[in-house]
Amino acid sequence: MYHGKAGRKLGRTSSHKEAMLRNMVTSVIKHERISTTDCKAKELRKLAEKMITLGKRGDLHARRQALSIVRDKTAVGKLFGELTERFRKREGGYTRIIKVGYRFGDNAPVSIIEYIPDEKKKEKAKPKAKAKAKAKAKEAAAE
Amino acid sequence: MPNPVKRHSRTRRNTRRAHDFLKQPSLSLCPQCNEIKMPHRVCPKCGTYKGREINPIEKVS
Repeated sequence: MYHGKAGRKLGRTSSHKEAMLRNMVTSVIKHERISTTDCKAKELRKLAEKMITLGKRGDLHARRQALSIVRDKTAVGKLFGELTERFRKREGGYTRIIKVGYRFGDNAPVSIIEYIPDEKKKEKAKPKAKAKAKAKAKEAAAE
Repeated sequence: MPNPVKRHSRTRRNTRRAHDFLKQPSLSLCPQCNEIKMPHRVCPKCGTYKGREINPIEKVS
């Protein structure tokens, strides 16, 4: 029976899947935001949030546990520094998945997974978005 | 090997196929630019979702 088996197989052997997810967490930590298929993003979310939990624990053992998954020492440094600081007040829900569309070639549903950006940085990014939207609206109106 | 006893009539064949059609995808309007977009997805026109997420990744389609 296939009862109670959580998680997706993603069409890979478990070692392949593990290797891939490790690569992917490393990438999200480094770049904050990556785009993949919906399923991989949802699978990655579990790992990515666990990494933040390790970062919040902050002790040596937690750091070693993180190092056993994340493939980059500097990324672990960022995880235990910047990211932990950012999510200090947040209890879970450190990542966000946004569905984008369908990939050309195999029509796979693509989404973006990211660590929730900093409040201060968000304020900076917001007016830019509004300006862009306005410019586009103007262009549309002109046409 | 068992075989069909009788040929099916045109009506029977067509009645069977009456439900074979493609469904329209459900669509919604982008609150930003009023363009038609897929629900729960980033607007392909203006690249926003829920009023933020500026142009996430340029071209995915």
